[in-house]
Amino acid sequence: MSTGDLATAGRPAAGEPPSGGAAGLAASRPPAPRAWLRLYRSEIGLIFLRWRNVALLGVLAAIPVLTGVALKLAAPAGRGEGPPFLDQVAGNGVFLTFLALTVMLTLVLPLAIAVVSGDSVAGEAGHGTLRYLLTVPAGRTRLLAVKYAALLTFCVASCVLIAAVALATGAAAFPVGPVTLLSGDTIPLAGGLLRLLLVTLYVAAAMGALAAIGLAISAFTEHAIAAIAAVLVIAIASEVCDTIPQFSIVHPYLPTHWWLSFDGLLRMPADWGVVGHGLLSFGVYAIIFCAIAWARFSTADVTS
Amino acid sequence: MSPLPPPSAQPDEVSFGRAAAGEAAGAAQAAGRDGPAAIATRGLTKQFRGGQLAVDNLTLQVPRGSIYGFLGPNGSGKTTTIRMLLGLIAPTSGSHQLFGVTMPGGAGTVLPRVGSLVEGPAFYSFLSGPANLARYDAADRTADPRTAAARIREALERVGLTAAGGKHYRAYSLGMKQRLAIAAGLLRPRDLMILDEPTNGLDPQGTREVRALVRQIAAGGTTVFVSSHLLAEVEQICSHVGVMRAGQLVFEGSLDELRGRGAAHIRVRTPDPADAVQVLAGLGLADIQRQDGQVSAQLGGELPEDVCARLVRSGVRVAGLETPRPSLEDLFVELTGEGFDVNG
Repeated sequence: MSTGDLATAGRPAAGEPPSGGAAGLAASRPPAPRAWLRLYRSEIGLIFLRWRNVALLGVLAAIPVLTGVALKLAAPAGRGEGPPFLDQVAGNGVFLTFLALTVMLTLVLPLAIAVVSGDSVAGEAGHGTLRYLLTVPAGRTRLLAVKYAALLTFCVASCVLIAAVALATGAAAFPVGPVTLLSGDTIPLAGGLLRLLLVTLYVAAAMGALAAIGLAISAFTEHAIAAIAAVLVIAIASEVCDTIPQFSIVHPYLPTHWWLSFDGLLRMPADWGVVGHGLLSFGVYAIIFCAIAWARFSTADVTS
Repeated sequence: MSPLPPPSAQPDEVSFGRAAAGEAAGAAQAAGRDGPAAIATRGLTKQFRGGQLAVDNLTLQVPRGSIYGFLGPNGSGKTTTIRMLLGLIAPTSGSHQLFGVTMPGGAGTVLPRVGSLVEGPAFYSFLSGPANLARYDAADRTADPRTAAARIREALERVGLTAAGGKHYRAYSLGMKQRLAIAAGLLRPRDLMILDEPTNGLDPQGTREVRALVRQIAAGGTTVFVSSHLLAEVEQICSHVGVMRAGQLVFEGSLDELRGRGAAHIRVRTPDPADAVQVLAGLGLADIQRQDGQVSAQLGGELPEDVCARLVRSGVRVAGLETPRPSLEDLFVELTGEGFDVNG
């Protein structure tokens, strides 16, 4: 699911007939992977240079710090209350990362992903830049693939940012040492950090599936704000459904159901079954919604 | 009301106009003989989901090397046509080719040869002019990244935007935005430039600049397809014109042909207007109008010298005689209809 996979997936494009264009055009044509990489870098630049997105990342970074400070200042909450991992933070700063990811997953992280993914195509359509990208021609499938690759990059970057800031805050405010897992086993700090990395990537994969939903919705409208709202509504509705026992039959199929299942990675031995289910769910959601986005975008009339 | 039968009824009428246009625009056409037309459409039709027929059976031919003025009032289907030409929207029926390459299937091959300005400039407001051009250039898989910086500089130079370089796009004036859009079209050598209302919203100075730019682009051998709702804007630069009305092409040919379409009148200055009216009526001329000391009528098939001789023979003293033709503007309005005559 890494962005590198998608970037190199463009290689078959090299087999296309060369452009018969203006003199020298075909001769100077760069190799296809390089051209993909160039567009990908351009997308990344657009996402990470936009002031709004930088502000979003700032919020994502600020919340773990605030959480850490609040936990340091306040007496620990009563045992068994509040979100998971809350009790462990005071004993081991590493747990601030798990707490932060859990807390952020309820709203702020999906919000950030919804904003960036909902804006991805709809924003370009709304500003009219989409018609110029397509007449360049960027290629509809290619543009969509690069946009999704950039979204995945943003997902990974946000999750890594949260984990890194939380880890730094946790290390500064609390003792750090061997990690006691949810199953009661204690593993060395290095092993704990490896599991933290896996958890971070798991959450990024969850967000990647949400980003695919956002991309698909984004391809249907030229109003970015509508797409962003729709993604959020889907995420929140899914979370609500997930808490209603009467809907238990559909729970495993909800896009948000497996988001917090990374706790399977914090057991000894790791519960790969639940983690695998989660990854399968994210993969299926990503494929279905990327397909929907492609089906729509590759044929849509661009009238904006 | 349409002076020509609609092309949908008789497509031959249009191709006739095209053949004649070829003769009229000798020099431009000569350059175009070495390959398929820059733009060729056949029965291009677009009906939007609401049922509105935006473009109706459009068959047009833009010879290589020509400057083609695509005229019509707002809402006559020009922009919809251009969007179809560029593959942004799919036609309901019909087909078209750019340089012989069938669109939209061949978009990846042929569109790199085509620069375009569609329905106004569109850029990222938080990026500078050069950064915006770099963005579009990055999207072009056939563009050489090693020459990107030089090409961007050159394009900005050609449109006179070098000085504004560092400013964010949102701080650009309308004229600068328009010029930046043209610069985006000039990022690489093009065989065809499609410019949709390039002077829209510009002051007279900006209009002149754009016109000079279009001439300069065409002088380099690039075919230019420029749309406008103002005849005056294109009549100075175009070798060919196509006139749209309510989604249909009502005229295609050279400007001279368009001029030739005007129904000639005869206007006689005479101290004997009453007699003159009788004589003209006797000749069977239509639309006879008398206005103190002047009588005018539609010439029809008669030659003005014959009419004059007849008048004199009948004892009408002729003080002056002229055969005014309607201005291009009049003809244009006659073709496109007065006011908002778009019934979909």
